[in-house]
Amino acid sequence: MKTFLMATAAAALCATSAMADVKVGMITTLSGGGAGLGIDVRDGFMLAIAQSGRDDIEVVIEDDQRKPDIAVQLSDKMIQSERVDIMTGIIWSNLAMAVVPAAVNQNVFYLSPNAGPSALAGRGCHQNYFNVAWQNDNLHEAAGAYANEAAYKNSFIMAPNYPAGQDALTGYKRMYGGALAGEVFTKLGQTDYAAEIAQIRASGADSVYFFLPGGMGISFLKQYADSGVDIPVVGPAFSFDQGILQAVGDAAMGVINTSQWNKDIDNPTNAAFVETFQAEYGRLPSLYASQGFDTANLLVSALEKADPSDADAFRDALRAADFDSTRGDFAFGPNHHPVQTIYAREVIQEGDVFTNKIVGVALENHSDAYAADCKM
Amino acid sequence: MSTILVIEQILNGLQFGVMLFLMAAGLTLIFGVMGLINLAHGSLYMVGAFSAAAVAGLTGSFFLGLIAALAAAALAGALIEMVVIRRLYKAAHLDQVLATFALILIFSEGTRWIFGSFPLFLDIPDMLSGPVTLPGGIQYPLYRLTLIVIGLVVAIGLWALIERTRLGIQIRAGENDREMIAALGVDISKLYTIVFALGAALAGLAGGLVGAIQSVQVGMGEPVLILAFVVIVIGGIGSIRGAFIGALLVGLTDTLGGVFLPELFKLFMETGAAQKSGSAIASMGIYILMGIVLVWRPTGLFGARA
Amino acid sequence: MRVNEHAITAAVILGLIALPVWALIMDEPFTITLVTRAVILALAAVGLNIVLGIGGLVSFGHAVFFGIGGYAMGILAYHAQTYTTLELGMLSTGGTKFMPVIWLVAMVVSAFVAGCIGLLSLRTSGVYFIMITLAFGQMFYYFAISWAQYGGEDGLSIYIRNDFPGLNTLVPIQFFAICLALLCLVLFLMARLQSSVFGLALNATRQSAIRAETVGLNPMRLRLLAFVLSGAVTGLAGALFADLNRFVSPTMFSWQLSGELIVLIIIGGVGRLMGPVIGACVFVTLEHVLGGLTEFWHIYLGVILLCIVLFARGGIVGLLTGKEGAHV
Repeated sequence: MKTFLMATAAAALCATSAMADVKVGMITTLSGGGAGLGIDVRDGFMLAIAQSGRDDIEVVIEDDQRKPDIAVQLSDKMIQSERVDIMTGIIWSNLAMAVVPAAVNQNVFYLSPNAGPSALAGRGCHQNYFNVAWQNDNLHEAAGAYANEAAYKNSFIMAPNYPAGQDALTGYKRMYGGALAGEVFTKLGQTDYAAEIAQIRASGADSVYFFLPGGMGISFLKQYADSGVDIPVVGPAFSFDQGILQAVGDAAMGVINTSQWNKDIDNPTNAAFVETFQAEYGRLPSLYASQGFDTANLLVSALEKADPSDADAFRDALRAADFDSTRGDFAFGPNHHPVQTIYAREVIQEGDVFTNKIVGVALENHSDAYAADCKM
Repeated sequence: MSTILVIEQILNGLQFGVMLFLMAAGLTLIFGVMGLINLAHGSLYMVGAFSAAAVAGLTGSFFLGLIAALAAAALAGALIEMVVIRRLYKAAHLDQVLATFALILIFSEGTRWIFGSFPLFLDIPDMLSGPVTLPGGIQYPLYRLTLIVIGLVVAIGLWALIERTRLGIQIRAGENDREMIAALGVDISKLYTIVFALGAALAGLAGGLVGAIQSVQVGMGEPVLILAFVVIVIGGIGSIRGAFIGALLVGLTDTLGGVFLPELFKLFMETGAAQKSGSAIASMGIYILMGIVLVWRPTGLFGARA
Repeated sequence: MRVNEHAITAAVILGLIALPVWALIMDEPFTITLVTRAVILALAAVGLNIVLGIGGLVSFGHAVFFGIGGYAMGILAYHAQTYTTLELGMLSTGGTKFMPVIWLVAMVVSAFVAGCIGLLSLRTSGVYFIMITLAFGQMFYYFAISWAQYGGEDGLSIYIRNDFPGLNTLVPIQFFAICLALLCLVLFLMARLQSSVFGLALNATRQSAIRAETVGLNPMRLRLLAFVLSGAVTGLAGALFADLNRFVSPTMFSWQLSGELIVLIIIGGVGRLMGPVIGACVFVTLEHVLGGLTEFWHIYLGVILLCIVLFARGGIVGLLTGKEGAHV
């Protein structure tokens, strides 16, 4: 167990610190293939905690190895033995589904820095569950909206055959108004997309939308760029975040992707975040890091107003979302999911580094499709 | 569905198949000669890909990267053979499975410790990038064609090595009777190290080649490892010819199944559902193939012994 | 140092009772959860040990039964918690949250599937058997991932643990007591089985199938029966594991899990009554302690496993009793 003890001797000396210490449990992926995302969320989160100057917040960080049963076990540990007040950190939807419902029913607050499965946004919403990132469909819906704007009439759409993949295509189709040249479900973890690229070539599509997170997206983009097919590609930010862009290289240049955050969003919080993150960790922040950073700032803002032991007051403080987000304006909808603007970004090269720049707005102040089903 | 698309998909299946062959050849050779189940073979593939990416990144040359992949994987192979694997030849399959499973853990996290948690970059060399037009107007990536050619050349080379050279004679003799060739004065432990390093080098080559069109990341070896096992079990463990046929069968089944099963299902289902169930069955396709082959021939297509 | 195997059995069971009681007194509920996890994994491995230890068949696909047990629990409880009906051809049921029924279903379905898989895969032997069982594991894994009705890769969450008459299963120590009681029952039956006519005959087929056949035994039938029994026990463990986590997902079918079950047995001692139990305790402890020390704990786990294979043949029980173990 790695305990980042933020409480220092100063806290002990400070007699005026009447407020009890707050314990935060972070379960995230720090080892194995998906570790990059968890590390970014953790680093963003810890940066904000450090910058807040509060020394009464203790963060307990544990590695879930991307395994649901380990995540559940850790969550039991956080609640039963660490007795945390607030939990956060989970990257993957399936892990969130395993942990969150049980945790919030045990009166723990959960702030999601990533992963917003539809089951937790609609009928399964909970007063103690707050999503600071997005509902899973959001970026896909934005991509559909962008496709309309770009006047695409015939899209080829593709995602892995698992719930988040099926949601992704549903989300795209919800906004997209044109016809479909093809709809393909690939194998989860697939590394070779030659067969799908051949189908794309033969389909007569005028655009390709794909949701292939992590290594799958890297493989697809490299192979697509090499295939000579020049139909424009659109994707969600997950395949174009700062962590993996360098591994994709030239193949990603010029691709449009949708994101609620980018490093060039013009506000002082974001500028300071990008600069301090780079200074602290020696790399550009990713979208995941920004989500971790926002999550911690939301937490700090609520702690300024209320103590978690007063659950109702603390919940109201969270709901107010009274903090400076890296995304600019930030507000929660009725189901505690963000109402936010989602941008279209383009992959560019700055010197040796591949990164994104915002080229337009895909959806303004967008909520999600499930909010109406949520009865809190 | 047009003929061109079908041919293109067959080429894709072939390309996948020959790359699997590079993995499976080493695996089956090691099993045939030393009787060892090597789960860590996928890690050698990963070592190859990471070395290629690291060296290509430093020098800017893909071909130096490939040489590095071969060398690093062969070296890693020889090293683990001498330190660990050597003690396992007489052990039960069970101990071999556990020990090489442990090696996977060490290799994977060790690689992450050295290279970090983010995927590495490795790109196709300029001279091989982009598509070419084949007779009949088929656009096909040059790099994938090159992969097919390299795979076939390696297959022929392996065949020549085993059938036509002194080392090959020793390997074949080693498969048949270990004690006897030791008695005849062949340095059996050196032979084993060479065979292991050869198998490792093939895996490393596959890793370096495939790394250019896929994501170079920790854990990339395990899915390929499972497929390579499926290949050698279908082909018959210990048989290079079996590994070749098996690899092509698996490559074609996986590629064509993923494309044509959903199409087939569309004949009697609505499109979205056909996509979902078609691709679900397709992802199980090669395992179903393997089940059928084993029920029909319990020692694989070209397997001699149980 | 040589220790009597019965003494080991007694010591382990006493330890498994004492540790949670201590944790209860010290108010460390998470320790109880950890021990429960070890007990359930041990149960799964005891099941595998029937085919692997006594029968000498290395099944690399036992996660199939673990997963089936898990999904039996998940599906029955899911329908009960959502008040929906489960249609199975002629049969329709509203699901159930009653543990004994869930266990029964888990064991019967696992046994049935084990029978089918066994019929096909027992035709092969050696490495081919390892690989065909692995193939079945992968089939189930990919099926579960694309089975959208029950959550696909996201899995199924069961918010409240299932019921057992007279107990509050949400209290860690009470759920632990159920699991430990089942483990002890199965261990007792396992000890009886080892010395039964069936156990001895199965043992004989491992040592030499040909000799067993010449004295009138039918190796295929013996092995099939062992495989079915083994599947049922591992299925039961799967149902408990799902209840421990209140969650099922396709990872219960993954080949890594099949591998882990084998690892547990080898750490403890192949074919030993308490081998899987000791293996599971050691594994869970390692996972917990090493995982806390470093982000790269897999490296150390790998080194430890390697040392066990290279220097401690016969596992921990073999080390303690001074016998390498006649098995496999």
